[in-house]
Amino acid sequence: MRARRVSRLLRRALLYAAALAFTVFAVFPFYWMLITAFKQNRDLYVGATNLQHIPWVFNETPTLQHVRLLFLNTPYLLWLRNTAFVGALVVLITLLVAVPAGYSLARLAGRWGERLGIGIFLTYLIPPTLLFLPFARVISWLGLQNSPWALVLVYPTFTVPFCTWLMMGFFRSVPRELEEQGLVDGYSRLAVIGRVVLPLATPGMLTVVIFAFTLVLQEFVYALTFISQVDRMTISLGVPVALVRGDVFYWGSLMAACFITSVPIAVVYSAFMDRFIAGLTAGAVKG
Amino acid sequence: MALRRSAEFPVPAPAAQARRRTLADRESVLGPLLLAPALLYVILLVGVPFVLAILLSFSSAVSGGLEFSWVGFRNFQMLLSDSQFHRALQNTLRFMIVSQLLVMVLATAAAHVLDAAFVGRRLVRSLLLLPWAAPVALSSMAWVWIFDSTFSVINWTAKKLGLLQGWWYWFGDPGLATVAIITVHVWRTFPFATVVILAGMAAIPQEIKEAALMDGAGFWRRLFHVSLPMLLPVVAVAVLFGLVFTATDFSVVWLLTRGGPYNSTHVLSTLAFQRGILGASLGQGAAVAVFLLPILLVVAVLLLRVARRAEVGT
Repeated sequence: MRARRVSRLLRRALLYAAALAFTVFAVFPFYWMLITAFKQNRDLYVGATNLQHIPWVFNETPTLQHVRLLFLNTPYLLWLRNTAFVGALVVLITLLVAVPAGYSLARLAGRWGERLGIGIFLTYLIPPTLLFLPFARVISWLGLQNSPWALVLVYPTFTVPFCTWLMMGFFRSVPRELEEQGLVDGYSRLAVIGRVVLPLATPGMLTVVIFAFTLVLQEFVYALTFISQVDRMTISLGVPVALVRGDVFYWGSLMAACFITSVPIAVVYSAFMDRFIAGLTAGAVKG
Repeated sequence: MALRRSAEFPVPAPAAQARRRTLADRESVLGPLLLAPALLYVILLVGVPFVLAILLSFSSAVSGGLEFSWVGFRNFQMLLSDSQFHRALQNTLRFMIVSQLLVMVLATAAAHVLDAAFVGRRLVRSLLLLPWAAPVALSSMAWVWIFDSTFSVINWTAKKLGLLQGWWYWFGDPGLATVAIITVHVWRTFPFATVVILAGMAAIPQEIKEAALMDGAGFWRRLFHVSLPMLLPVVAVAVLFGLVFTATDFSVVWLLTRGGPYNSTHVLSTLAFQRGILGASLGQGAAVAVFLLPILLVVAVLLLRVARRAEVGT
């Protein structure tokens, strides 16, 4: 009896230890952003060879100087605005294109719908890292270098396939009977879509909005290829590339920017993560 | 491929359905009509650039000019004897395989932890998701700072614990730089795999677990003989997606090392960027990037196959 209780206690302890270890591994870089953002320079730039100075904690009073520098003396707010502009337009385009397509694939396209759906999903596997070279040429041919419109044009290439796939899954989960009832009642298919289907698919569309926007926020390689002018950059390009003077990084402000930008996104995104994964895998499985 | 074929054949509504409904003839128009914008977008802005990428790899195109001259297999011939390219190809495979092997183990363990009941489970779950949800370019910068050559907190901690005699110059040594890159890949992709595997665990019928328990199987036996074999398809799906994410990654390697030191950590995508954009020889860059295709093709085929089997399993 007693041996069993001990082994049980031991297993509980092991479980908590494992949970703690995983959490520390996952969260550590965010903790590091946070503590760096508020440390005074003389607390920050102490070589790691000095074993008396513990870098894990504040050794001096925390300061707001890095955050102030970020907002007042860097183009951070401008990047935020650029990102919002590109993000809003890409979300709009994605909704207008992916929602009808998702419905068509789920309901109207029949046997072809399934194959087309898989085809569209597979294009999601064609990565930006393959396409940025031809796009570099297309964009310069269109004269859109350093223009946010280049990003507005190109970003839907990865939001549309994924969101079409996602919407297809959502529309499939709407019971057919509801629509058929509407058809029997004498509404046209289009009216049924507007009155019955779209209201039911609102959570799906909300998911599309969130994902399209966060995918835009995450994108790096296209932005790096098309935009070289600092005041035209988006957040995830400007912060790593332009918060540097020569070889000197402003680590305090840089980490402040990383923390302020990535934590809210991460929180919203992880709230929708289950839907994302359901769309990516279960959806893929059921075809 | 199905996509390109479908462009030539408009999508018909099934005949049986068409006869049953009064608005049938309209629906056969409506279907393709609603689909058309998405198809056009995908064909014009994914399909065409994709073909262009392949054409570019057979050309001596440079950025700046718009001329396009066919050089046959010359770019590829040059790559065959290019040690930098060999290294990049090896690195791509090494980074993706090593990191996903680690992810496989870590994520399965993490999923088992999250499957157990303990205080704060929901909080731990949402914290574990953070690495995957944060913008990769920004979290990579946090790692650049963590691996800093002078101020690295890892070096400080290792020294304090007496584990480190000399000094780790993380981005100055090819071996250490590889470790750093793989660490970030693992950190970034294991949450995704964990959630996928967790979802798969929920799908294992409770009766099977109970039956094993009744038969007196211990924890490890249940793990290795019941739950792991049943989880295999799901773990495979998670890892295959992870392989796609790491094979096509650009941001992590570019921001951590820029392919350095001495071009030792380039992957296909960063080498393509260096040659094609910074070096302005689009043709060469495209030839490098095209080598991603066979890798992705293998992964995609496996993915579709495993996904189908996973469906049979459940």
